Amino acid sequence: MRSGFLKYGVAAFLAAALPASAQEFGDAAAGEAVFGRCSGCHQVGPSARNRVGPQLNGIFGRQAATVDGFRYSNAFQRAGAKGLEWHIDELDAFLENPKQLVPGTRMSFRGISDEGERADLIAYLRQYSDSPANIPEADPTAMATDHEVAPDILALVGDPEYGEYLSSECTTCHRVDGQDAGIPSIVLWPEEDFVIAMHAYKAKVREHPVMNMVAGRLSDEEIAALAAYFAKIESQ
Amino acid sequence: MKLNRRLFIGTGAAAASTLAAPMVHAGAHGKPRVIVVGGGAGGATAARYIAKDSDGAIDVTLIEPTRTYYTCFFSNLYLGGFKEMDDLGHSYGTLASDYGINVIHDWAVGVDRDTKTVTLAGGDSLPYDKLILSPGIDFVDGSVPGWDITAQNAMPHAYKGGSQTELLKAQIQAMPEGGLFVMVAPPNPYRCPPGPYERISMVAHTLSKINPTAKILIADPKEKYSKQGLFEEGWQKYYGGMIDRLGPDFGGGNVSVDPAAMTVDIDGSVEQADVVNVIPAQKAGRIAELAGVTDGNWAPVNPEDMSTKADPDVYVLGDAAAQGDMPKSGFSANSQAKVCANAVRGALTDSRVFPAKFSNTCWSLISENDGVKVGANYEPADGKISSTGGFVSQTGEDAALRKATYEESEGWYAGITADMFG
Ligand SMILES: Cc1cc2nc3c(=O)[nH]c(=O)nc-3n(C[C@H](O)[C@H](O)[C@H](O)COP(=O)(O)OP(=O)(O)OC[C@H]3O[C@@H](n4cnc5c(N)ncnc54)[C@H](O)[C@@H]3O)c2cc1C
Repeated sequence: MRSGFLKYGVAAFLAAALPASAQEFGDAAAGEAVFGRCSGCHQVGPSARNRVGPQLNGIFGRQAATVDGFRYSNAFQRAGAKGLEWHIDELDAFLENPKQLVPGTRMSFRGISDEGERADLIAYLRQYSDSPANIPEADPTAMATDHEVAPDILALVGDPEYGEYLSSECTTCHRVDGQDAGIPSIVLWPEEDFVIAMHAYKAKVREHPVMNMVAGRLSDEEIAALAAYFAKIESQ
Repeated sequence: MKLNRRLFIGTGAAAASTLAAPMVHAGAHGKPRVIVVGGGAGGATAARYIAKDSDGAIDVTLIEPTRTYYTCFFSNLYLGGFKEMDDLGHSYGTLASDYGINVIHDWAVGVDRDTKTVTLAGGDSLPYDKLILSPGIDFVDGSVPGWDITAQNAMPHAYKGGSQTELLKAQIQAMPEGGLFVMVAPPNPYRCPPGPYERISMVAHTLSKINPTAKILIADPKEKYSKQGLFEEGWQKYYGGMIDRLGPDFGGGNVSVDPAAMTVDIDGSVEQADVVNVIPAQKAGRIAELAGVTDGNWAPVNPEDMSTKADPDVYVLGDAAAQGDMPKSGFSANSQAKVCANAVRGALTDSRVFPAKFSNTCWSLISENDGVKVGANYEPADGKISSTGGFVSQTGEDAALRKATYEESEGWYAGITADMFG
């Protein structure tokens, strides 16, 4: 319930952070392009599934942290339990600065500072919320594969115990509690996304010198092992 | 599980039987006992991983004299005004409460490898099945003539964390206008290869704000040093004219000091200084020597598991080890600790042992939001830890990339300290 959430002292923040402009509707077509920044982790549309982030169909009016089958950070579970519900104002505040609205979220995204872009994006998302009839029979949202990985590699079943050992190389920087200041969170990703990302680093089609180096020496089985481990890690 | 598990195992086929309850190798005395000496980057990590992964099957004792560990990593950022001392302090409470580690705040003063016991300054003698030493560094006597440990208040090294770093910062802040800061840089090998030069950057940053006519002089016995091109580019850009470095061609390797007179003699020419930061030549922390596992200044180790060449039941991690190609860094010590923990656990409980893989990345801050990094990964080869490839930041990178690199270093700091202390 919205008021329940506001009771917990977020009202002042929302009031200050949200000028009337957030109420203005943006351009859904332009918002589709803005959504490109989200689609690495989120899907929306008829065939949307949970990926690194939850699928976003029907987000308007939904209580936070309630998409079936998605494992939320403790921070998001708390926010949802306190009554955070997604409406224009909340979405706008979250998109502007995710960590300010939900400190501790695993979402590794700095936010969108441009008000117009946020409005466009919200308009775009809204298309997938009003009622089923309004959801266009659009193409399924493109999967966020920035890299082709051969099906037999994707099909490898990882050994989570080996993954746990290998993960100790990751945890010098990436935190197992999912906090992500300065270094992205890698916990609880779907295995396939993890495997694709690591192969993209390995092939250097994603640029990051540390990750190119780390992924560079991992075998296909080792990447599968890491994916298997991090997909199931208990939050610590 | 589709894949054959043995595919993953580099060492020994013993692992085939390990899915059942762990088999525990302990003599007559119940649970196997691991003692870790030194609660720093190597020791805290090793203790935590052994305790965490063995789920109580191994008795882990951590011996560390200080109650709060102040990291050397990011201590230069404290000198530069980007961190507070409190940001650098970490306690052992979680290791004791959440991981069941027996944390003893005392010095280890002796190791008897025949009876397999460690003696504490408090007099107790503790038995071990496996002993892990990660005592960090001590200084080589006489490496800078005129300086010894009794001179550390007049001329701080600030190469161990905490009070020395605070002293150095206070001295920098108290420098007279236009005064002189001299660093006597160490010869190889020493802890944190870019550390002295990051320090120079951070001292210059502070001085450029509070004392812009001050000067910095480095006397350096080394011809080249880590990330040199990057540091020199930055010094030119931010601190033009403030920093001068005398390498060995200009007598930088022929230095003596007089702590009472606050003078530094560089190849016969005497400088009157306001602050002198002497970073002496280094060797393994003394307990490694007392344990009889050193050869010269360092403790040679086997690259597969960090066990010493001298004794298969004594392991040495981090700065104190002579292991091959890895730089002496907190990242390296943390990486070595995890390989060691996996091997020690395997030896004591028959848990699966996986092939050793190591890595390191060192970030340095040159000026506000101007971070650079260097890194490599490593595997055992030719009887030592050998580099399998690496990278280094480039000169001329744009400001956005440098800022992102700095932010990444902050993430790394949070990550490694969580990995050490839970
Ligand atoms: C200025 C500076 C900057 C640095 N920056 C970085 C950086 O950015 N990144 C990086 O990765 N590394 C950095 N380092 C290096 C890093 O601090 C060390 O490499 C790392 O701490 C080594 O870990 P260790 O476990 O070997 O020793 P330490 O971390 O020094 O731990 C040794 C511990 O053993 C204890 N001890 C010693 N003797 C005994 C005994 N007899 N009994 C019981 N306990 C004992 C000590 O009290 C100490 O707590 C930096 C170092 C310096 C000086």
